[in-house]
Amino acid sequence: MDFSLSETQLALQDTARRFAREVIRPKAAHYDEVAEFPKDLISAGYELGLMNMTVPPDLGGVGLSHFDQALVAEELAWGCAGVATSMIANDLALLPILIAGTPEQKQKFAAPFTRSLKLGSFALTEPGAGSDVAGLSTTAQRDGADYVVNGSKCFITNGGYADQFTLFATLDRSKRHRGMICLVVEGRPNGLTVGKHENKMGQRASNTVALTFDDVRIPVENRIGAEGDGFRIAMETLDNSRPLTAEFAVGIARAALEHSIEYAGQRQQFGKPIREFEAIQFMLADMAKDVQAARLLSWQAAWLLDAGERNTLVSSYAKCFAADAAMRVTTDAVQVYGGYGYIKEFPVEKLMRDAKLIQIYEGTSQIQRLVIARELFK
Amino acid sequence: MKILVTAKRVEDPESKIKVKPDGTGIVPDGLKYKINPFDAIAVEEALRLVAKHGGDVVVAAAGSKEVHEQLRHALAMGAARAVWVNHAGPLDQMAVAALLKKIAEKEKPDLIILGKQSIDDDQNQVGQYLAEWLGWPQATFASKTESFESEQEKNKVPALVLSADGKKLRIIREVDGGLAIVDCQLPAVVTTDLRLNEPRYATLPGIMKAKSKPLEELTPAGLGVDVTPKLQILKMSSPPARKAGIRVPDVAALVDKLKNEAKVF
Repeated sequence: MDFSLSETQLALQDTARRFAREVIRPKAAHYDEVAEFPKDLISAGYELGLMNMTVPPDLGGVGLSHFDQALVAEELAWGCAGVATSMIANDLALLPILIAGTPEQKQKFAAPFTRSLKLGSFALTEPGAGSDVAGLSTTAQRDGADYVVNGSKCFITNGGYADQFTLFATLDRSKRHRGMICLVVEGRPNGLTVGKHENKMGQRASNTVALTFDDVRIPVENRIGAEGDGFRIAMETLDNSRPLTAEFAVGIARAALEHSIEYAGQRQQFGKPIREFEAIQFMLADMAKDVQAARLLSWQAAWLLDAGERNTLVSSYAKCFAADAAMRVTTDAVQVYGGYGYIKEFPVEKLMRDAKLIQIYEGTSQIQRLVIARELFK
Repeated sequence: MKILVTAKRVEDPESKIKVKPDGTGIVPDGLKYKINPFDAIAVEEALRLVAKHGGDVVVAAAGSKEVHEQLRHALAMGAARAVWVNHAGPLDQMAVAALLKKIAEKEKPDLIILGKQSIDDDQNQVGQYLAEWLGWPQATFASKTESFESEQEKNKVPALVLSADGKKLRIIREVDGGLAIVDCQLPAVVTTDLRLNEPRYATLPGIMKAKSKPLEELTPAGLGVDVTPKLQILKMSSPPARKAGIRVPDVAALVDKLKNEAKVF
């Protein structure tokens, strides 16, 4: 067992950290305020290779290990979780293609992302199918050389700016998860309508929209995997991305902890800095151990993936613990700041809003507990 | 052209440095390390020159194996290969200059660019020793301040300009009270000041490529250099804590304090 980082890992972490500190941080409050898509940050991150990190070298990518991606994810989210979510959305959209696509499909749908800045969206969630993924109602009907898609999707990250969508639909609703397929939607075909950007509580820099499919024709060769493979592909994708989502929570929580330590050293009450009061010390100590424990769980979940082992249980531990920990830590950070913590001029209330989403997206904290319980009874 | 640059391993300026209670050194626990910021500026300037004129950048550093981290950082920025002098233990400025001299004789670069100083000891001596011992011209504190307004302006006239025949280099130096412009014959030694450029990031593809770039191992004995320190550190101590400042109500009070307390008038 060895917890130390390699030379390369330190270098990756250093670049991501510097980018987060020098490029993301100075604009984070602005994009949170205006809730606009941070195009400048996205393209700067792309230039440094901080996007599409999963794409392997034979397709022109850097092909980082899951562990290395997790290191980068923490730093990006430390800068701004909304920006990090926008940047990592590409990996989520490309993973199904990398997991189950043919070599030709990988060349056609994944490789171009390494040659110029393109955005991809993972389109799974529906108004009636959130935690109940197999309950989706967007239909795909075979018609000659095409599938004809009808239905709607919601909460689709980067959907307003995506050049390509990785769409999940059903061939037959009665078959539930055995009826799902995965399709790649290129550009904006006829019949695809993109809804307005949702006015979110947190992670406001990430673009979140609804999509409506009205007789949208997708060529059969854009199907990833076989008919009926959709559910498995979606689940495998989320198994891959869960350690990254957990690391987002770690990044947010670490930012909240650092702000709190600094503030507690400056803020004077009763003639001394508030960090000299045990009440504050205990909060900071709890925050620090939450951050550390969440990080170690995330690392283990990523490490298991790299070892080629099934990580379902540990990745649910990580996602659930880290998300809940980030919520606790950011809430306490606002408490350490007191009245100022509730004011938008100070950085911690944003972190509290950003953290909330991690308990919801990519499998709610409740779904993670269900998964854990199910694994325990196996 | 071939440019030799350096990549010293120094404590990360953002980590908290604490002196050991007995004053024999600093507390190493939990410290992070970085390439010396002035050396990163040297690497950046060298990369810009070879991008314009062709050639390669070779990066050198001395230390134990940990210094690979800094060498790889320079390789990830774009240097072609690295030279590592494997030596554990202290190296004073004369030892480093002597090692670099031997490396320069071996590599025969057209130009050596190194940080004006490293941010750990702040000695500001290696470049000067090196130039003297090689018998090469030196231009210290290469800088760029006169067009500080925008990146665009700044890039119009680089601080290091190679002559058309490739035999001379014009350098803008930062000196007390302004700038000095010097021309020198190549090969030469240039040391970099803070405002010369903004070093690029090591990109992720760059970091992955750096893993397979050549890193040559040398030793002080192999280079025939005796690195026994001539400099002895007697004691380290933290600077005295600064007293908190005060607020004055108005200009008159400020002038009064400057006159009667600080006695600067």
